[in-house]
Amino acid sequence: MKKFVSSVAVALAIVFAAGAASAAGKLKVGFIYVGPVGDHGWTYQHDQGRLAIEKEFGDKVETIYVEKVAEGPDAERAIERLARQGVGLIFTTSFGYMNPTLKVAKRFPKVKFEHATGFKQSKNVATYNARFYEGRYIIGQIAAQVSKSGVAGYIASFPIPEVVMGINAFILGAQTINPDFKLKVIWVNSWFDPGKEADAAKVLIGQGADIITQHTDSTAPLQIAADKGVFAFGQASDMIAFAPKAQLTSIVDNWAPYYIERTKAVLDGTWKSDDTWKGLAAGTVEMAPYTNLPADVVKMAQDTEAKIISGELHPFKGPVYKQDGSEALPAGKNLDDGTLLSMNWYVKGVDGQLPQ
Amino acid sequence: MGALEAVILTIITASTPLLLAAMGELVTERSGVLNLGVEGMMIMGAVCGFAAAYTTGSALLGIGAGLAGGVFMSLLFAFLTQTLMTSQVATGLSLTLLGLGLSGLIGEGFTGLPGVKLSAIDIPVLTDLPFVGPILFGQDILVYFSLVLVAAVGYVLFRTRTGLIISAVGGNHHSAHALGYNVIKVRYACIAFGGACSGLAGAYLSLAYTPQWIENMSSGRGWIALALVVFSTWLPKRVLIGAYLFGTVWIMGLYVQALGVPIPAQLLSSLPYLVTIVALIVISGNKTLTKVNTPACIGQPFAPER
Repeated sequence: MKKFVSSVAVALAIVFAAGAASAAGKLKVGFIYVGPVGDHGWTYQHDQGRLAIEKEFGDKVETIYVEKVAEGPDAERAIERLARQGVGLIFTTSFGYMNPTLKVAKRFPKVKFEHATGFKQSKNVATYNARFYEGRYIIGQIAAQVSKSGVAGYIASFPIPEVVMGINAFILGAQTINPDFKLKVIWVNSWFDPGKEADAAKVLIGQGADIITQHTDSTAPLQIAADKGVFAFGQASDMIAFAPKAQLTSIVDNWAPYYIERTKAVLDGTWKSDDTWKGLAAGTVEMAPYTNLPADVVKMAQDTEAKIISGELHPFKGPVYKQDGSEALPAGKNLDDGTLLSMNWYVKGVDGQLPQ
Repeated sequence: MGALEAVILTIITASTPLLLAAMGELVTERSGVLNLGVEGMMIMGAVCGFAAAYTTGSALLGIGAGLAGGVFMSLLFAFLTQTLMTSQVATGLSLTLLGLGLSGLIGEGFTGLPGVKLSAIDIPVLTDLPFVGPILFGQDILVYFSLVLVAAVGYVLFRTRTGLIISAVGGNHHSAHALGYNVIKVRYACIAFGGACSGLAGAYLSLAYTPQWIENMSSGRGWIALALVVFSTWLPKRVLIGAYLFGTVWIMGLYVQALGVPIPAQLLSSLPYLVTIVALIVISGNKTLTKVNTPACIGQPFAPER
């Protein structure tokens, strides 16, 4: 009996060891999404990054994702569950996951975390972001060229620095073409709510905006714009399929190169916590093909893109004036990253008050 | 198109789904059944409507499918609460959860696809009239239907025998049973009607409001409709006022934001709820009228005494 039990124990041990060894070979990469993969926007692009990882590393990785995780206490549960499942690298793809990510990271020091659009790092939490404001500057210029009424409508989500710098970059770009360009902003307090976004688009158009742009994730504003015969810009991914005649371009998030780079780092054992903030130059931000535009506007946009990539042009280049008229940045200087990341004021030319 | 015209059109679009769902729930509650599953029925209507419209290319078929989706969910609820006599509150909440989940499952393949839009009607001369044209004669059929529904429900409930029977069943089901009316059958019918209306409201969302399917696109409108029914003391005209008041304050909130008026956006988004509740409470100040209209047996299961 004793011999039987011990031989069973040995057999089990071998099986577990073999299992662990093969599991150790495969890296589990997890993703927490704030919206549905089918939003054709923000989350869709992150998922494209996930698929790129699978394509690149094949058998060496296994990816898992959880979608529509609300920011808040639910997020902590979802992240923790992934960590418990043996996931080695977790991407949390929304600003509101910042504190939950840090909390779970403390409890699982061996797991590596990548938090999108955040600003707090720790030993095993890295942050990454994309310089969307570069794209916003370009679409601001396009808007000023194309708009007949000189008014654009901006559907914004939450008054966080990320969104505010987008608004400011847009108006600064527009002002290089038309110094009197006006921008109307509506805050819907949600990243994704097609109904609200559609309502906001209708109201903005009713108030004279003939160009619509958004920092929310659904395709509803584009569809409303197409319906009403005005132009609009897509957000986070190329939304041309939803508004073939209305979309001018879109700021596309391309996370694949960064995701592949970080997964490789974990596989090679060289992963370190860092803060990455790349833009057009690195390919993290891309402009969707320019459609429904006259050739000279396309050329202007492409020139600006090239200048930003080469570093010749910085969207936030002084002089920049705040809404109250005070100078935020003297002539000739570029705004530093720190100020950008904590931006909580409007540039002159934006209608309305920034909710605090 | 003037700004005022645009605002009014937007308000009508925003208020219609609330009105449709609330009217259905009003009839259901008048018969003594509290169906908390409005959100679930609405979202099922939305996904079924979108799926049918997308596959067939016809928005009208989509409306029919949305209606069917709502009815299906409500019959499930009816079977559980009327035949098996489960708790109406618990079953209604479960219906909501089931609806949200099931619709997500069904809608998996339809997410993010451009939809079929329910077109607005176009009467040759009337629609082109300067201001009233698009507002009165340029809406899609569901908007007109919602207004007809208010009139029809009001008429049936208060001026026909059928309405009397429904009110009797909701007011005192034992007496109604003693008088020979089939309480269960009446309630089944009213629940199905409620489901049909909620399904229509959902179909409106995915076919006219934002012609696409996204999970959870009802965004709590079912709950708003439920609250509207109660706060308007089960009277159709008050539901109409409540729904349009909610829609108006909601759109005006966005309008105010776009104008640049310095009122915090968060306050503006809570205003529709606050204003509608306050207004309806004020309207319902007449206590006797309220008592008369409250279905006394609401929420109570009916077990015919042998």
